[in-house]
Amino acid sequence: MLGAARRQLGSGPMLGQVLRRLRPAAAAEAARGYSAAAKEMTVRDALNSALDEEMSADPSVFLMGEEVGEYQGAYKISKGLLDKYGPDRVLDTPITEAGFTGIGVGAAYQGLRPIVEFMTFNFSMQAIDHIINSAAKSNYMSAGQISVPIVFRGPNGAAAGVGAQHSQCYAAWYAHVPGLKVLTPYSAEDARGLLKAAIRDPDPVIFLENELLYGESFPVSAEVLDSSFCLPIGKAKIEREGKDVTITTYSKMVGYALQAAEILSKEGISAEVINLRSIRPLDRAAINASVRKTNRLVTVEEGFPQHGIGAEICMSVVEESFEYLDAPIERIAGADVPMPYAANLERMAVPQVDDIVRAVKRVCYRAVPMAATA
Amino acid sequence: MAAASFTAAKFLAPVAARSGGERAPPLPAGASSSSFARALRRGGAHHPRLRTALAVSSDVLAGNKAQAAAAHPAVTREEALELYEDMVLGRVFEDMCAQMYYRGKMFGFVHLYNGQEAVSTGFIKLLNQADCVVSTYRDHVHALSKGVPARSVMAELFGKATGCCRGQGGSMHMFSAPHNLLGGFAFIGEGIPVATGAAFAAKYRHEVLKQSGPDGLDVTLAFFGDGTCNNGQFFECLNMAQLWKLPIVFVVENNLWAIGMSHLRATSDPEIYKKGPAFGMPGVHVDGMDVLKVREVAKEAIERARRGEGPTLVECETYRFRGHSLADPDELRKPGKNYFPISALLH
Repeated sequence: MLGAARRQLGSGPMLGQVLRRLRPAAAAEAARGYSAAAKEMTVRDALNSALDEEMSADPSVFLMGEEVGEYQGAYKISKGLLDKYGPDRVLDTPITEAGFTGIGVGAAYQGLRPIVEFMTFNFSMQAIDHIINSAAKSNYMSAGQISVPIVFRGPNGAAAGVGAQHSQCYAAWYAHVPGLKVLTPYSAEDARGLLKAAIRDPDPVIFLENELLYGESFPVSAEVLDSSFCLPIGKAKIEREGKDVTITTYSKMVGYALQAAEILSKEGISAEVINLRSIRPLDRAAINASVRKTNRLVTVEEGFPQHGIGAEICMSVVEESFEYLDAPIERIAGADVPMPYAANLERMAVPQVDDIVRAVKRVCYRAVPMAATA
Repeated sequence: MAAASFTAAKFLAPVAARSGGERAPPLPAGASSSSFARALRRGGAHHPRLRTALAVSSDVLAGNKAQAAAAHPAVTREEALELYEDMVLGRVFEDMCAQMYYRGKMFGFVHLYNGQEAVSTGFIKLLNQADCVVSTYRDHVHALSKGVPARSVMAELFGKATGCCRGQGGSMHMFSAPHNLLGGFAFIGEGIPVATGAAFAAKYRHEVLKQSGPDGLDVTLAFFGDGTCNNGQFFECLNMAQLWKLPIVFVVENNLWAIGMSHLRATSDPEIYKKGPAFGMPGVHVDGMDVLKVREVAKEAIERARRGEGPTLVECETYRFRGHSLADPDELRKPGKNYFPISALLH
C-alpha cells in the first residue's frame, strides 16, 4: 500500500503533489497479479514512451499544450520531449484553449497530426466548440474531403481534493458525439497501446487519462514495450474472468473493480471484470457476450450518474440480451453533486470498493435491493 | 497618374491618420510613435519591430475618394476582366439563391454576400491553389472566388449529392479539399483558429518537414465580420499568429451590422484595424467597396505572409445589401450607402 504511494511521490516534483492528501492506494497490489512479465512501468512512463516513439516515427506528429515543453509537462507526461524534438514540435501555448485547440484542428485539416494536451479535461470546455464542431463533424460535413487526425489528451475525472471545477468526468459528454472516438486507458499497457492507436488514427480521438493513475506501476511484457505495439480501438479487455456477474468499468475504477472481485471471490461470488478501454465505440459485443455468460451486470463509473456510460451499457444489454438477465442491472456512479472539497465528502462522492461489492451482492440476491431513488 | 503604391515600407511607417471626418481626429503622427516607443523602452524593448507597429488606412495613402478614382493602381485589361467576372458571378449567384429560397427550393439558413464582392474578389484572386481560405456561414462567394465550380456550390445548397459536400454540409459548411477551402463555419470566430492552424501547418511543412513551395510559404486567409472582432478567439489568434509569425491574413469584412446589432453599439473601440498593432502586427483599413484598393492592400499582406514576415490584420469597410440571412426581416438598418462595388469597377 505504502509502496505505491512512495512510487507516486518518487516520480519527481509534480504539480500540487505536496498539497494533495493521497488516498490509501491499496488498489495496486490486488490488481497486478495476472501477468508473469518481469518489467514494470508506470502509466506516466508508458504515455511518455508512446509519445516519444510516435513522434520519432512520424515527423508530422507534434504536441501542443500548456507547460508541455519547458516545464516537462504539468504532470511530467511529456518529460524530455522538448529536448529531443525541439520547440517546433513541442509547443508551449499561451493559456488559450479555444485558440490553440482550433489551431490544432486547422493543422490537422492540412495533414499534420497534432496532439493537443489539456491540463485537465475540465479545461477542454473552453475549447469544446472546436472539438465538436470543427473536429468531430468536419469529416461528415465535407463528405470525407477533410480528415482530422488529431488527439486530445489529458487527465479526466476526480483527483484528490481539487474541488468541483477540476474533478468532472467527460467520458459521457464526448462519447455522445458521432465523429469522435473516446478512449480510457487503465494500465500501462492500455496507456501505451491506446495512445499509439489514437495518434495513428485518422479521426479525432479523445484520450481520457487519470491523474491518480499516472504514478501507478503495471507489469508490461516485451510485446508491449516494442515500438510497433498498438491496441485496437473499440475492443474491451477481460481483466479477470468470472462466471457469476459481469462488472463493466473504465479507467481508475478498473482497479477498484478488481479489488472488489478479489473480496467477492472469498465469499463465493466469481466476478468477471471488463476494462472497457474504448467508450466510443463501445465494445457491445464483448459486454453482451459476458452478460449472456454470467446473467448479471453491474456498471461502474466515476462520473455523474444521469445519462452516463452505465446508462448506455444498460440499454445495450436490454436491447440485445434481455432474456439472459437474471436480475436487474445495477449502476454505480459518482454522486449527483458537484465534487466536494473535504476529503471525507469526496470519498462519499466517488464510488469505493465497498459500493461495488454491495452492488454485486444485490444483483446476486445476497443482499436487500436498494429502494428506488427520485 | 501613378497610384500611391503600397509597399512593405509603408507598413513600417509611423502611425498615420484615417481619412474622412466621420471618425476620431487623426493622431499626431510624431507624438504617438514616439510615446509608443518610449513606453517600449521603459518596458525593455527587445522587440524593435513593435516600435514601428502601426495602423494605417490606405485611403490616406491613396488620397481621398475623388483623387482615388484617378489614382487607382494599374491593372491590365485581362486582370480587370477577371475581377469583373468574379464579382458579377458572385452577385448573380447570390441573387439566384434568394430567388430559389423564396420559391421554397432552398431551405435552412442562407446568408448572402451581396455588396461585399470586392473583398472576396480583391483578396482571393491573388491566391494560389495551395493557399487556404477559411470563411464563415457567409461563404458562397468565397467558395466561388477560390474556384469551386458554381454548379457544385449551387447543388450543395439544394442538398444534392452532386454538391461539393454531397449535400451533407449545406450553405454554412462549404468545404473543398482540392481548392483548399477549409469551411464554412456556423459559429462566429470558429474559423479563425482553424485558419491559424492551417497557417501553422504551412510553416511547419516549410520548417520541420522541409517541404518548400517555389513561391514561399502557403498563405491562409481568414474571413470574418465585425461582430467576431469582439470574440475571444479572435484575440487569442492575433496573439498566437504574431507570436509564431504565421503566414496568415486576418480579413475583417466590416459591414457594420451583426444581424441587427450595430457595430457601434457592440464595440468599445470600433476601429478594428487598430487592434492589430496591439498584438504587434500591422493593422490596415481599406475601403471594401473598391476592389482595386482591396487588391492592392491584399497583395502587400499576402506577400508579407509568404515571405515569412507574419500576419496582417486588414479591415475592409463594406456593406451587405441584404439582411443577415434570407430569414432576417432587416428592420433595424437604414439604407445609407449607395456606393456599388461592381459599377465602381466599370468606371
